Amino acid sequence: MNEVLSAEKAVSGFELRRYMRTTSNGKIRTGAVSRSGLAVKLTLAVLAGLTVAGFLTFDYKDIVLSEAVGATLKNIGTVFLSPRLKYDTFQGILHELLITFCLGILATIFGAIIAFFASLLCAKNIANPGIAAVVRSIVAFIRAVPTILWVLIFAVSAGLGSVAAVAGLTFHSAGYLIKVYSESIEEMDYGTIEALKACGAGFWPIVFQAIVPSSLRYMLAWTFMRFEINFTNAIAMGAAAGAGGIGYNLFMAGSFYFDMREMGFITYVVFIAVILLEAIATQIKAKVK
Amino acid sequence: MALLEVKNLSKTYDNVTTALQDISLSVEEGEFVSVIGPSGAGKSTLLRSINRLVDASQGTILFDGQDITRVKGKELRRVRTKTGMIFQHYNLVNRLSVIENVLHGRLGYKSALSGSVGYYTEGEKEQAFVILSKLGLTEQAYKRCDELSGGQKQRVGIARALMQEPRLILCDEPIASLDPGSSKVIMDYLREINKTMKITCLVNLHQVEVAVRYSERIIGITGGTVVYDGPAGELSERMIHSIYQSAEGGLITDVRERQ
Amino acid sequence: MTEGTKASKSLSVFSRRKRVYTVTILCVLALFFFASAVTRYDPSAGLAALPRAFLWIVSNLVPDEKALTRLPNILKKLTETALLSVAVTVTAAVFAFFFSLMGSKTTRPSEPAAKAVRITAAFFRNVPDVVWAILLMFSFGQNILTGFFALFFTTFGMLTRAFIETVDEVSADCVEALHATGATYMQTVFQGIVPSSVSEILTWVLFMIETNIRSSTLIGILTGTGIGYLFDLYYKRLDYASASLVVLSIVVLVIVLETITGKIRKVIL
Repeated sequence: MNEVLSAEKAVSGFELRRYMRTTSNGKIRTGAVSRSGLAVKLTLAVLAGLTVAGFLTFDYKDIVLSEAVGATLKNIGTVFLSPRLKYDTFQGILHELLITFCLGILATIFGAIIAFFASLLCAKNIANPGIAAVVRSIVAFIRAVPTILWVLIFAVSAGLGSVAAVAGLTFHSAGYLIKVYSESIEEMDYGTIEALKACGAGFWPIVFQAIVPSSLRYMLAWTFMRFEINFTNAIAMGAAAGAGGIGYNLFMAGSFYFDMREMGFITYVVFIAVILLEAIATQIKAKVK
Repeated sequence: MALLEVKNLSKTYDNVTTALQDISLSVEEGEFVSVIGPSGAGKSTLLRSINRLVDASQGTILFDGQDITRVKGKELRRVRTKTGMIFQHYNLVNRLSVIENVLHGRLGYKSALSGSVGYYTEGEKEQAFVILSKLGLTEQAYKRCDELSGGQKQRVGIARALMQEPRLILCDEPIASLDPGSSKVIMDYLREINKTMKITCLVNLHQVEVAVRYSERIIGITGGTVVYDGPAGELSERMIHSIYQSAEGGLITDVRERQ
Repeated sequence: MTEGTKASKSLSVFSRRKRVYTVTILCVLALFFFASAVTRYDPSAGLAALPRAFLWIVSNLVPDEKALTRLPNILKKLTETALLSVAVTVTAAVFAFFFSLMGSKTTRPSEPAAKAVRITAAFFRNVPDVVWAILLMFSFGQNILTGFFALFFTTFGMLTRAFIETVDEVSADCVEALHATGATYMQTVFQGIVPSSVSEILTWVLFMIETNIRSSTLIGILTGTGIGYLFDLYYKRLDYASASLVVLSIVVLVIVLETITGKIRKVIL
């Protein structure tokens, strides 16, 4: 018969106590003791604490929540249930949508080009560690500044328009894409690069014969996903900075004409566009995986 | 009276695929029965309809004389506490400790609240340790399950089932993901549990030789119907081939015999 | 295969790659010119603006002494924005978790309920937060709750989808096993799904907190609250020194948060 089983059966209840861990009041513990478990609990506790602290310290002014919520629900109803256009024409709205779309495209193209070269400078497996560290910290800085602030900063010297919008959107896209591009380059098998180096290939042949072919698929997928984000950001830039496109119409309808029904119509146009982009992005994601 | 009685059980998925067709069988208290048959024959569905993880389309299931085919809610939970289940992929909560996973066997006995927050009595915890010691896992009690080997995980699965104080244990391919060494350990434990604790075992198996060596009785299923139900010793070579619907020499076991 | 066909085959691989590159570059160029025409974007002006912008940044976007006197106020608003992001994300995560249970394949009460949850999540995710912000301005005015709800709706939509995927991934096995022991639905959730998915969920929450700090700056500009409002105020007064201090403080906050998040992720995953 099974030897382990019979040997273990000899262990008495008293012997078993040796293996039990107890709490301070003598109860038997059940939880695993692990660093990750502790980190999870600690993080949860800190987040809960900060949430409570937030709700307690916020300056709510004299708002009557029930009234405001009731009014909001009524407004949501107006916006989503009775959309129509008064100040803009449908064609005009579609044109502005196209502008927003194109702002997103320009920012994505510029961002991708900058990110491609910059990622060669900071991918761990091909770059000089010193240069990589510098590029990485610059990128971290660029990414930390919200897009809207970049747009407003560029607007001062370039004027409020497509130049400022594209520059602002590009900065943030580049910061994001450099990170993901260099990660996809780093996933590459170092052996391939080494083999080409051994053949005496220079830097650029290695880039275009080894790195680009093997990471192109991922780069394209990430770029498309970034375009999705750039499109939504372009709407926000139009609304918050007046940088043109459909976001600006949205802002005018809501905050200038106070016309919720017009806002509803524009929202639906935006909504459909975003849903379409999301559907395409999901397809691309599935293909790359 | 038989502990488990299945009468004319049928199951079709989405009104199209037939998994079980008019299956009848009965299992006596204390028996060790293996169910063999090709993949997709309905072995898993049969086991899962016994503890009602799958609802049968037709037929009745009697457990300890009680018709459980349509029981719901509290009564269903009570029936499930009396049937333990062991899975091919162990189905443990990997992020929890071994002892917590074993204690999950008590959930069916507890109130919704105390079970949800993981409150167990000292008696239950001690019992869990006794069961772990029987399975040689005391050293692992406070490890997280994802740190264990496959064989150890399956022993935790057995411990969880024993914690339920079941009368019947359903084993769905318990050794299909294990190496030969661990497989033997697990099968030995199952036989030991069956012999010493008098717990009835109904085991789905892929390996015919294992089924013949460990069980008293074998049930062969093909295409959702029972084609053999008899003592393990009387299972003929010919019968095996008809269960697996293969020609002479078409099974991996035939290779060994020819050598 | 003879040597000759091998060689011609590898040659065709090269020429095909060349063709792919050429077609890609042409497509990108076409897109570029089309987009430039539509947006009246002048590439040369764009290029020329860059050095000017940088010159302006280094000469104007530098905190001076007057700006430093505003630091306490900036830090106060920064804290408010950070707390807002945490509070929004945590609240939205709690709601999103319960909704994701209704939407996940293994734990949904019924298929229509799951579908309803998925559609609701898609709705909240895809209506941009600026729309919510403008809409909420009507009834909440210049109030922190405007930002709170605007961020809440989008965060809720994003997290619900993410959590549904997580619950689907982790729960298939352990849910069945816990059901088999006779556990109730709630016991299965708290003893099986919560412990299996808490690390992934936490990672998502941390990521969303970071995103929401950036978004709340934007929404602050729109709704006149938090750190975004402060930046807008200094910016419109042409007090660029103070505005730059706001930018720097946001940068420090985001980078500190990114570092902490990275460390936590390493330990818990």
